[in-house]
Amino acid sequence: MSVLVYTENAGGKFKKSVFETVSYARAIADQNNTSLIAVSIGEVDAAELASLGKYGPEKVLNVSNEKLKNFINQAYASVIAEASKRENADIVVLSNSFSGRGLAPRIGVKLGAGVADGAVALPDQEGGKFKVKKTAFSGKAFAVVELTSEKKVISLNSNAYKIVEKGSAAKIEDFNAETKDTDFKTIIKEIIRSTNKVALPDADIVVSGGRGLKGPENWAMLEELADLLGAALACSKPVSDAGWRPHSEHVGQTGIAVSPNLYIAVGISGAIQHLAGVSSSKVIVVINKDADAPFFKVADYGIVGDAFEVVPKLITAIKEYKASA
Amino acid sequence: MKILVCISNVPDTTTKITFTDNNTQFNTNGVQFILNPYDEIALARAIELTDGGNGTVTVINVGEINTEPTIRKALAIGATNAVRVNAKPHDAWFVASQVAQYIKTNQFDLILTGQESIDYNGSKVAGMLGEFLDLPSVSIIKKLEINGTDATVEREIDGGKEVLTIPFPFIASTAEGVAEPKIPNMRGIMSARTKPLTVIEPIEVKTLSEVISYETPAPRDRVKLVSAEDPAKLIGLLHEEAKVI
Repeated sequence: MSVLVYTENAGGKFKKSVFETVSYARAIADQNNTSLIAVSIGEVDAAELASLGKYGPEKVLNVSNEKLKNFINQAYASVIAEASKRENADIVVLSNSFSGRGLAPRIGVKLGAGVADGAVALPDQEGGKFKVKKTAFSGKAFAVVELTSEKKVISLNSNAYKIVEKGSAAKIEDFNAETKDTDFKTIIKEIIRSTNKVALPDADIVVSGGRGLKGPENWAMLEELADLLGAALACSKPVSDAGWRPHSEHVGQTGIAVSPNLYIAVGISGAIQHLAGVSSSKVIVVINKDADAPFFKVADYGIVGDAFEVVPKLITAIKEYKASA
Repeated sequence: MKILVCISNVPDTTTKITFTDNNTQFNTNGVQFILNPYDEIALARAIELTDGGNGTVTVINVGEINTEPTIRKALAIGATNAVRVNAKPHDAWFVASQVAQYIKTNQFDLILTGQESIDYNGSKVAGMLGEFLDLPSVSIIKKLEINGTDATVEREIDGGKEVLTIPFPFIASTAEGVAEPKIPNMRGIMSARTKPLTVIEPIEVKTLSEVISYETPAPRDRVKLVSAEDPAKLIGLLHEEAKVI
């Protein structure tokens, strides 16, 4: 048996979360004393494919054909399932990304595999069992799920596993997977990707604003703060509901769950639904003028003060810090 | 147009989550259950698309009798009829198998689910249905428009969006933005009582996964407060102590 990891690319490039996923898959392969094979689909150049070697796969299968240039859920699932059969892989690992969420269940059915999605730690394989810890109740808790099937599919949350560089060069092999015509009913019309923006689910630092900012016109200072820190922007539910910011920035129980190294909340009181979406952040900073805001109870650092006075001072302080560093 | 919306019965978003029996059971004591918020979005869009009698919206739930208030809520919001598969929703594989079985004998043009349920945060049923039925599936859509024999959807991708067209029938899971949730009016609530709710028995399905225990996040140390006059001190702490910048 072996472990297969799917390495999704965004416009031909691998992102940090893919290296996390490959490192995680490497560790699972090591737990089972077996080899790790990566599969890449789409147009990725040789140098980028070779960069995967650092994270430990023995081999990279490269599936490059015109029909599979862009992500088609059904077709990609067929290719990955076929690769796993060819490599005799009992465990398939992928990222719990937007695309991964569409793929994992389809691969699971194709292989008759139990699926653990949103894993946050390495599986516990003691006593021949296979238990995976995953997020549950939108970040308010974790559930330990035992996969009882012979084959398993695991998707890993971003920022949940540290990148480990332990490997050198991987052998790159072309793989021509067969696909069915019915796999291609979906037609992609347009892909819009902003390259200069940090994607929220993968961001190391997130700057988030709430109703305390009083209106969309006041986001400029948060944008400046985010730019200085290389952070992604986020917001609370009332802010996206009011149309001040897009829904894609809404962090919380019914929006996106994030787990950055640093989450800076400005003018957000900390309703339980919002806290659920940020509770796995490593460090939380809260800036709020209300000293009784519930967010302070789960924060690591806090400033009680008016955002309109504190944020500009913070921006100045960061500029000075960067100038001196 | 015949639309099927898959709905889940989940703890209210304000619920404080606790466990019993040595962290092996979710403590439902005092917990209010609601229609999964993402499913509400799917339902709202389905109702908009069939507005004016242009089709039907069936809701399906896999659950025991205690989920019926949530099913009635969906009928009050505007679903045409409802089906309950009388079984505990063991895992996504089990649920998707039951729903796929129902779809095989009752054809639909469009099958919608919420992007995930807010209890186990799986987003598996849509993709599994697609595979069981050999139909296209698209996950986490933000927009859904119909143009004759196919639909245009907008899907979230990392750092952007993707626009796709898909021929019917297909399966999609919905995110915020697809529609505004609808609040049932008095007429809806009254008519929900008499709308058809059919109960069917489950088919036998193997189990592939089992939740065996729960954990709660580790509590954080007390917050360290920095004076509003001196945010530079915060930068120092984040750099030297927390080591995150």
